[in-house]
Amino acid sequence: MIGFVQNIVDALSLGSIYALAALGIGLLFGILRLINFAHGDFITIGAFALIVPSRNETAVMGIGSLPFIIMVPAVCAIVVIAALMSDRLVFRPLRRASSPTLMVASFSVGYLIQNSILVIFGARPKGIDLWSALGKQIAVGPLRVPQLELVTIGVTLLLMLALSAFLKKTPYGMQIRAAAEDFQMARYLGVKANSAIGVAFALSGILAAAVSLLYISQTGTLTNVLGVPLMLYAFIATVIGGMGSLVGAVVGGFTVGFLAVMLQAYLPDDLRSFRDAFVFGAVVLVLLVRPAGIIPTRALAQRV
Amino acid sequence: MTETPRRLIESVWLPACLSLALAICVVGVQLVGSESLRVTLTEMLIRLSIVVGIYIFIGNSGIISFGQIGFMCIGAYATAWATCDPTWKQIMLQGLPDFLREHTYPFPIPIALASSLSAAVAFLFGYTVLRLSGIGASIATFAFLVVVNNVYSNWTSVTGATSSIVGIPSLGGPWAALAFSCLAIVVASVFQHSHFGLMLRASRDDEIAAKASAVDVLKVRLVAFVFSAFLIGAGGSLYAQFLGILTPDMFYMSLTFITLAMLVVGGIGSLTGAVAGTVVVTLIIESLRALENGIFLAGEKFALPQGSQEIGLGIAMALILIFRPQGLVGGFELSPPLRLLERLRLRLGAPAQQSHDLVSRGD
Repeated sequence: MIGFVQNIVDALSLGSIYALAALGIGLLFGILRLINFAHGDFITIGAFALIVPSRNETAVMGIGSLPFIIMVPAVCAIVVIAALMSDRLVFRPLRRASSPTLMVASFSVGYLIQNSILVIFGARPKGIDLWSALGKQIAVGPLRVPQLELVTIGVTLLLMLALSAFLKKTPYGMQIRAAAEDFQMARYLGVKANSAIGVAFALSGILAAAVSLLYISQTGTLTNVLGVPLMLYAFIATVIGGMGSLVGAVVGGFTVGFLAVMLQAYLPDDLRSFRDAFVFGAVVLVLLVRPAGIIPTRALAQRV
Repeated sequence: MTETPRRLIESVWLPACLSLALAICVVGVQLVGSESLRVTLTEMLIRLSIVVGIYIFIGNSGIISFGQIGFMCIGAYATAWATCDPTWKQIMLQGLPDFLREHTYPFPIPIALASSLSAAVAFLFGYTVLRLSGIGASIATFAFLVVVNNVYSNWTSVTGATSSIVGIPSLGGPWAALAFSCLAIVVASVFQHSHFGLMLRASRDDEIAAKASAVDVLKVRLVAFVFSAFLIGAGGSLYAQFLGILTPDMFYMSLTFITLAMLVVGGIGSLTGAVAGTVVVTLIIESLRALENGIFLAGEKFALPQGSQEIGLGIAMALILIFRPQGLVGGFELSPPLRLLERLRLRLGAPAQQSHDLVSRGD
């Protein structure tokens, strides 16, 4: 029983990270119909921002050694700048392109980021130590929970509340929601397309930065492709949650997190290495039962 | 000219032109080229057959599939099972069934095994997921790629997991690859001119109208999916025999990206685009690679820093997409110069009435 509760905490913490990453992808999909494969690489940029400006073989904290109050905004700023630049340079000229073209374009942005990081920082994985004090476990009754997991869950909840307040209460947030509902109509009613999209890219950059900090404090390893598996899980999370719905992205993130942790815990030993196959197989099953995702969006339903 | 020869000319013209162009490349390289150029060309031709295989499904159905490289993985491993040395297989791949573990098979059995295994998997998988709408089907194929990679990376007794499979006998140089890629082009062209191909293209352009015209969308998609997997499985087999060495991670994200990029750069909706995209992207990659190794200009050696090949490829791709979002050829398909052919026929003394017939059909 304790083991099960322990697993639930693990699943909530992993699910939070997936949900945050999925929100970043879902935000952009809602407005642009862009499946942003480069989102994982925005996360990688956030992680490498910690060691800027050092390029040594063994990682030396640069920005990451600054006080918390300065470090977090600095990392966010770097990722946001990268996200806005990719919009300005690649996605804005492609506003009228079809969805496969957009998808491949985001793939090339990701490829570019991965290989630029490879050239700048080298291929060898680097170990870094971020907030290792949080690794301590605290006892809650018979449960022993790593503080870091609680922090992850807490930060995720805070960010979600903040995001939903931003989307509901501020003018920019309302423009984004309107654009996600019906972009053409929103433009007729005076929403400036490029600024709404820019704000969405910035938000998704902030979410990516949050994911990179939380993820790096858990794994402590920097590689130029560290964001790719996160992107994969986040991507399927947005889909099984229901493309275009932000609540769906969160639900999907937690679903995928639960699937991953529970399969890891309860699959028989000799099948455990096939966990990803089971997770992705389950995704296909969810899609077959609910083709529009767990929480379907009306805006996406095809009108005849 | 009556209807039948005209359709015949149309469906023969395209593969004939494309194959001829490729054959000229091969002859040129064989005459003047170095060994490394020959290897590059062989690899390009194999990739071309993969891209054409992907095109059969994506280009005609309009559904982006990320999973086709998974079929390449299946085909490549099936080839390794059928061709590797039995004593090696008895040690490394104990889980194989007897007929594979204890024997090796000569050409063309490995290729046939590879393509039919891929096609069978494609049938089972396609039958369950192709009923999903566009983006759902894309995600399902993506999940398929991950599942294939995960299974082949962990099934130690059958695939050797992540340790490499070595010692797959080679099949031959550019000519074999040329023959195969021409075959792929012919299959793709025949498919796209067949009534299955036309129905599938109709469902791509307007799914609801196609359904209303009694097109069984699931069925035509499935046919294309299986055909595509059949060709890609064979291409994977060829690739395995070209490299002689296999790991599952060769058939994952980066190859998926490169091949999809080739298709989109050329123009997703036409066979000419698939071929043009493969050639152009290969040229970009190879010239960047050459620049990375350094070139001599007026006695001075210029070299780009390591890694600039990948960065350059990313930038080139983005630029092509920005300036030609429809791809380099933008849906254009080589079509026969019917008027010219007709004039030739007239000069050779064909009846005039039919030529009138042809022109009035509005070419």
